[in-house]
Amino acid sequence: MHIIDSGNVAAATGVKLSRAQVIAAYPITPQTPLTEKLSEFVESEELDAQYIPVESEHSAMGVCIAASTAGTRAFTATSANGLLYMNEQLHWAVGARLPIVMCVANRGIGAPWTVWNDQQDSIAQRDVGWIQIYANDHQQIIDSVIKAFRLAQAVSIPVMVCYDGYLLSHTYMPFEPPEQEKVDNFLPPFATKHFLDPENPGNFNPVTLPDIRPGVDGKIMPGYIEIRHNLQMDLLAALDVYEEIDTDYKKEFGRGGHPFVEEYKCDDADFVAVCIGSLSYHLRDVIDSMREKNVKIGVMGVQIYRPFPNEAITRALSGRKHVIVFEKALSYGNQGALYADIKSALYSCEKRPTIQNFILGLGGREIKTGQLLEVLTEACNSPGTAEDTPRWIGLKL
Amino acid sequence: MEKKTTTVNLTEEEFVHPGNRACSGCGLSIVYRMGLKALGKNTILVVPPSCLTVLQGLYPVASSKLPVVNVTFASTGAAATGVRGAMKALKKTDVNVVAWAGDGGTSDIGIQALSGACERGEDIIYICYDNEAYMNTGVQRSGTTPQGVLTTTTPIKGKLQKKKDVPSIIAAHGIGYVATASAAFPLDFYDKVKKATTLPGPKYIHVHTPCPPGWSFESRYTIKIGKLAVQTGLFDLYEIENGQFRLTGASEKLIGQKRKPVTDYFATQGRFKSLDKELVAGVQEQIDAKWANY
Repeated sequence: MHIIDSGNVAAATGVKLSRAQVIAAYPITPQTPLTEKLSEFVESEELDAQYIPVESEHSAMGVCIAASTAGTRAFTATSANGLLYMNEQLHWAVGARLPIVMCVANRGIGAPWTVWNDQQDSIAQRDVGWIQIYANDHQQIIDSVIKAFRLAQAVSIPVMVCYDGYLLSHTYMPFEPPEQEKVDNFLPPFATKHFLDPENPGNFNPVTLPDIRPGVDGKIMPGYIEIRHNLQMDLLAALDVYEEIDTDYKKEFGRGGHPFVEEYKCDDADFVAVCIGSLSYHLRDVIDSMREKNVKIGVMGVQIYRPFPNEAITRALSGRKHVIVFEKALSYGNQGALYADIKSALYSCEKRPTIQNFILGLGGREIKTGQLLEVLTEACNSPGTAEDTPRWIGLKL
Repeated sequence: MEKKTTTVNLTEEEFVHPGNRACSGCGLSIVYRMGLKALGKNTILVVPPSCLTVLQGLYPVASSKLPVVNVTFASTGAAATGVRGAMKALKKTDVNVVAWAGDGGTSDIGIQALSGACERGEDIIYICYDNEAYMNTGVQRSGTTPQGVLTTTTPIKGKLQKKKDVPSIIAAHGIGYVATASAAFPLDFYDKVKKATTLPGPKYIHVHTPCPPGWSFESRYTIKIGKLAVQTGLFDLYEIENGQFRLTGASEKLIGQKRKPVTDYFATQGRFKSLDKELVAGVQEQIDAKWANY
């Protein structure tokens, strides 16, 4: 049965259905209604969880790190500067290989203050080692949260589920919450191999030397570099795990089937617009109107950004004439981060398309359909003129 | 009053393995051993970066027999909260959740998370071992370094500011149990930790731990110097239980007695060598005024 509510409520419902056991919460716009909803679920006893209203985002992740180490399913959510305030803790959570799930309602970063949407917050955290999944609508938010808990547990790596602030977090849209019984079947109770236990004591996250070292039983244990190498290997392997999880989800709930990239009218496309988040749905209208004028164009939304789905990207874009990457974030001093990643993915393919980068919507600047149509039309008319310097859409200097 | 523990009836069970990486004469290694005895097996420890991280050993070996989670410097109070939250979620009611941090990790970078945990009334024991500077990083001044003390970041004139009174700050949260203790009086510390395991809500114990390399004294004088801090009235042993303050142990015995002059204490350590007479006289006056109120 469909309900109509906000993206934050879709996320909270996903967390409830996933039976999170410890929830740490600190308010920040536009994430706040998500944790408010969770407090309601816990107080009304719809969700049997510990709701901990902490004093900062750094502490929110501190609670999740400890609760996860102690053997429980932990969740928190944040936005913008709150996510940045967690940065140290994000590294710690992944280094400790904890299956924490966090929602990020994407928002621009201060200074100067802004509460509106762009994706600089989570893109700036791309290198911490967390898995990053991006949802394009409310249904994807709730489905991604449930899948994220299973993925995190399967690979012992924390997962961020990101969605656009306000555009999704506060907008009301229909979505279908899966049945609890089916979710329980899809997502078994939380269990980890190692956890804090007086019956089986261990020292978690101690000082580790650069080199390998034998333990008291003579068994050789990894040094720091081996531990980090294992993380990298497991992150890359997580793509296959996520594909399996997505396939299972589709089997159970009928939704999914595009874990890495979601393509729209791309089958015969010479031109492909690429982006992350709700913009890919916004772009569908533009693509439709260009298709009416017989321009062979499609749009591709990147669904998982870390680990980067190199193969899926190469498969989707190889042999196209021209790729246009739209981004609501930058790797400052260089280019759009997604743009650079896509170029890197395409480097090894023989039929390399030309590629172009547009920056737009920073700090919630309205993205007008007319502007998108204009730049896409120009890009399709003269694809050979692509520059490597990103162009900014709607800039009023 | 509860029966005091003595060397005769102290449990022989050990939770710290023989041999660890602490410096010789380390005050922390005394209280860590005694504290773990008092806490017993059903305990989970939360430890931020500090000398304790070093004492506990390098992966893959460990010097204690209790489960430990090492956490980021600023997050100790939150991490203890998370462990307690998990215990509640798992319906494990008999586990002591114990945060064990240094004075820098408590009075400076960690105070926000500790304050949050106290305000929420988390059922945790927080032990701050106070060696009065950042000893693990090589003796830099902390919020609890006393005035006039030489450290590597106050190398010539000594620290200009007074010691931050952390137990009073924590007591102001209105939690049920705040106590101070000293490595020089380990059985008093043991009894306070033991008591903390029986009380609900947040418990805070601030324990003074002399540090031979950081304070610049010979390692054989740890207990003597720890005792002098108490006997001069500089560091007082007390409990604040449900808001009621009372001196305990060696400090209680000093009431109405002549205390040793603070100069006796200052003379034992190289870190005080740039104290001038005026400052010493000022400190003696403050101590006398404080004790006049006891």
